[in-house]
Amino acid sequence: IIRLLFSKTYKLQERSDLTLKEKEELIEEWQPEPLVPPVPKDHPALNYNIVSGPPTHIITVNGKECINFASFNFLGLLNNEKVKSAAQASLKKYGVGTCGPRGFYGTFDVHLELEERLAKFMRTEEAIIYSYGFATIASAIPAYSKRGDIVFVDEAACFAIQKGLQASRSNIKLFKHNDMADLERLLKEQETEDQKNPRKARVTRRFIVVEGLYMNTGDICPLPELIKLKYKYKVRIFLEESLSFGVLGEHGRGITEHFGINIDDIDLISANMENSLASIGGFCCGRSFIIDHQRLSGQGYCFSASLPPLLAAAAIEALNIMEDNPDIFQTLRAKCERIHKALQGISGLKVVGESFSPALHLQLEESCGSRENDVKLLKRVVDYCMNSGIALTQARYLEKEEKSLPPPSIRVVITVEQTEQELDKAASLLKEAAQSVLN
Amino acid sequence: MLVAVLTYVGYGVLTLFGYLRDFMRQWKIEKCQNATEREEQKDFVPLYQDFENFYNRNLYMRIRDSWNRPICSVPGAKVDMMERVSHDYNWTFTYTGRVIKDIINMGSYNYLGFAQKTGACQEAAAKVLSQYGAGVCSTRQEMGNLDKHEELEKLVARFLGVESAMAYGMGFATNSMNIPALVGKGCLILSDELNHASLVLGARLSGATIRIFKHNNMQSLEKLLKDAIVHGQPRTRRPWKKILILVEGIYSMEGSIVRLPEVIALKKKYKSYLYLDEAHSIGALGPSGRGVVEYFGLNPEDVDVMMGTFTKSFGAAGGYIGGKKELIDYLRTYSHSAAYATSMSPPVVEQIITSVKCIMGEDGTTVGRARVQQLAENTRYFRRRLKEMGFIIYGNEDSLLLSLLSRIKYGTFYNSSCSCSATTGIIVMISLSLGSAFGREMLKRNIGVVVVGFPATPIIESRARFCLSAAHTKEMLDTALKEINEVGDLLQLKYSRRRLVPLLDRPFDETTYEETED
Repeated sequence: IIRLLFSKTYKLQERSDLTLKEKEELIEEWQPEPLVPPVPKDHPALNYNIVSGPPTHIITVNGKECINFASFNFLGLLNNEKVKSAAQASLKKYGVGTCGPRGFYGTFDVHLELEERLAKFMRTEEAIIYSYGFATIASAIPAYSKRGDIVFVDEAACFAIQKGLQASRSNIKLFKHNDMADLERLLKEQETEDQKNPRKARVTRRFIVVEGLYMNTGDICPLPELIKLKYKYKVRIFLEESLSFGVLGEHGRGITEHFGINIDDIDLISANMENSLASIGGFCCGRSFIIDHQRLSGQGYCFSASLPPLLAAAAIEALNIMEDNPDIFQTLRAKCERIHKALQGISGLKVVGESFSPALHLQLEESCGSRENDVKLLKRVVDYCMNSGIALTQARYLEKEEKSLPPPSIRVVITVEQTEQELDKAASLLKEAAQSVLN
Repeated sequence: MLVAVLTYVGYGVLTLFGYLRDFMRQWKIEKCQNATEREEQKDFVPLYQDFENFYNRNLYMRIRDSWNRPICSVPGAKVDMMERVSHDYNWTFTYTGRVIKDIINMGSYNYLGFAQKTGACQEAAAKVLSQYGAGVCSTRQEMGNLDKHEELEKLVARFLGVESAMAYGMGFATNSMNIPALVGKGCLILSDELNHASLVLGARLSGATIRIFKHNNMQSLEKLLKDAIVHGQPRTRRPWKKILILVEGIYSMEGSIVRLPEVIALKKKYKSYLYLDEAHSIGALGPSGRGVVEYFGLNPEDVDVMMGTFTKSFGAAGGYIGGKKELIDYLRTYSHSAAYATSMSPPVVEQIITSVKCIMGEDGTTVGRARVQQLAENTRYFRRRLKEMGFIIYGNEDSLLLSLLSRIKYGTFYNSSCSCSATTGIIVMISLSLGSAFGREMLKRNIGVVVVGFPATPIIESRARFCLSAAHTKEMLDTALKEINEVGDLLQLKYSRRRLVPLLDRPFDETTYEETED
């Protein structure tokens, strides 16, 4: 026994003893991969469309003038004179950049004003602004959800949410898109797990992350059922309203107004200002208890320069316009329904999305086999339309990085500025294009 | 040594106080002033761990007024600040409505003075704003690629001396979205100890193995490289696919400049790739403002990925990556930001185009060149005067970041014999309370400085930082120096007993010296 105690512990030899010469040989022989693999010249995402001039209602793409059905300019505020003059005034007062993060002399009075206005508009206690739309939700999620916490997220969540979840290192459980039964099943499984280990369950936080209007599929989440599940299983809800802010609801307040739900029931609403508000950046709103935490621990907030004041002023003016004209939301919805109806029945293409969603997808009814061929086919449809005066684009994804890759599709965006004739023209043109290319 | 102990004791006292107050709050003896959970959700799992919020509630709240100071004018050399007071010890602030005018701004990253509300840049940006609008509403790969973006990218590539470049809307996002596109599982990332949060986040999101080498320490880096190549991946022993070294041009919290020639020599010897983040050094180092590569006189093609931001020296917002054409083509196709994030706003792009042209001298004037030189002179002057006054400065001779040491036993200095530089000054204090006292005193004397505390720096070192700018005139610097002198005497911050002797024969030496206490 004493011998065992005193003998050296048996350790697996981690390091082989290589001589200096052998080491140098290894260093000589090692060949790394090239930093980036070469990209084939005809990769669909390599050649961008060059837009000369402002991306407004009439857009000049690659030299051709077209009607814009591809920019997310839902309320037509991109070219609005009042918005532009507000931004000009702010440019004259503050210059362009803010030269610092929010903590170090980068907080301007326009930022504070915008935060107050957004909180008042959305009827919450507080709002916080980020300078980049993608970074908003990608910084908000890791601020609350850490390693060991559990997040239930929809399969069709957008890429920014996926990156936020990856940065948070929590356990992620995907449930089928808009399938409340599947979510309930997962929640029940989690509950039985919790009962086995109540001490751990008392400290693991649980979140559901959903989008108001999904970018990848164009439909909305069933929020009333989610609220019921929230109180039943004690999970918190984070709602991402990038597409539904300024679109759904009587006054444009998003999906909570659409369903008539008390906004305090949702723990955090995050949206980006790049769609309806025609500015740059994003915001999160909710109760002070929740939002204040992000001021110290939101990575995209603390470690990054603040939003340029001219963009904040543009957003404030856009909010003013939204508050003063609540009937544009009705008009937008009517146009969406019109084109949704008009696009039904195109041979070869099916419409994916709710009838009141301003961002639809047109997918191939039957795929031709490989994704590459589908993409090429859709490109021919898009080119046909562009040559005849309607600017469309394919929905772009990073194929290798997405968790659940949606099928290739054409993105159709409806804005308030498009007239009825233009909508009809677009529908008939798409019918023609589908006929000629797909048959 | 004594001071470090005192600081820890101080923190201990504050912690005890914190527990006491929490106790009182729980028993409702003291009113609880921070926001609380909803009534209906009281039996949910608590959102914040008690201990996490401890620092926030008890320590941070006391000195919260040193941060997030709102300003209401252009962030130039002098700035107007909105006055705010707190009647309940910083739990809430109310704005009195008055504006404190003409505070000398030593806190904004306005290195070349492009944050102005008049001038060629601003006029060009105004024209583009009226023509293009403020937003873009689409991603780069879809319909958001304007001709302005193409122009900007060609210009940036020419400025840096690389084959091509690509611009993104946010500097933080540039790092966190492109490092995952370049490396993945099976690759190795060697990153410096003091890298910025965006580099750390990008490295984590990529899924590669991360190893950290000591700050600016070439022996540590070489050892890691050797071990990595010889032993391969940790358990399977397969060779690594790629090795990427992440360094920054100037480190914002230390003020040190990376030892680029040595890093490049190592990189070539061990066949790895170099990612250089020039957030603070672009536009500010080098005789014509082209960054740390020009400062050392090296070839920009040696650096595989040159990244930088437009926020600091160009007075706009956004980031860029420059490099060989294959790299940029790959990023155009596979970068997360190109596929999912909105492109840059047109007036911001125009501001960058005008300011880059100004620095390069292509707009016909010598204003750009003059600014770069003014910045270098300001730096040297400021540093020299601070040293004469007896403060200890942390960081490179030429570096933009001036760091003042208050009571540290050992200090490391990196000497350089080259001439231009940008700067920020950093004063290092031991305890955060000293730092915040410094900040408040300076504000009373109408000078705005930046105080950085625990999360960004080690707990016994908090710093006050001065960011110099080409827009600061000599009078402004003199006023600032006078006030710093006064406050330094008041708070006993001067601890330089021995003058630093620069070693001129070996430019990149690590000199350690010992400081005696007061």
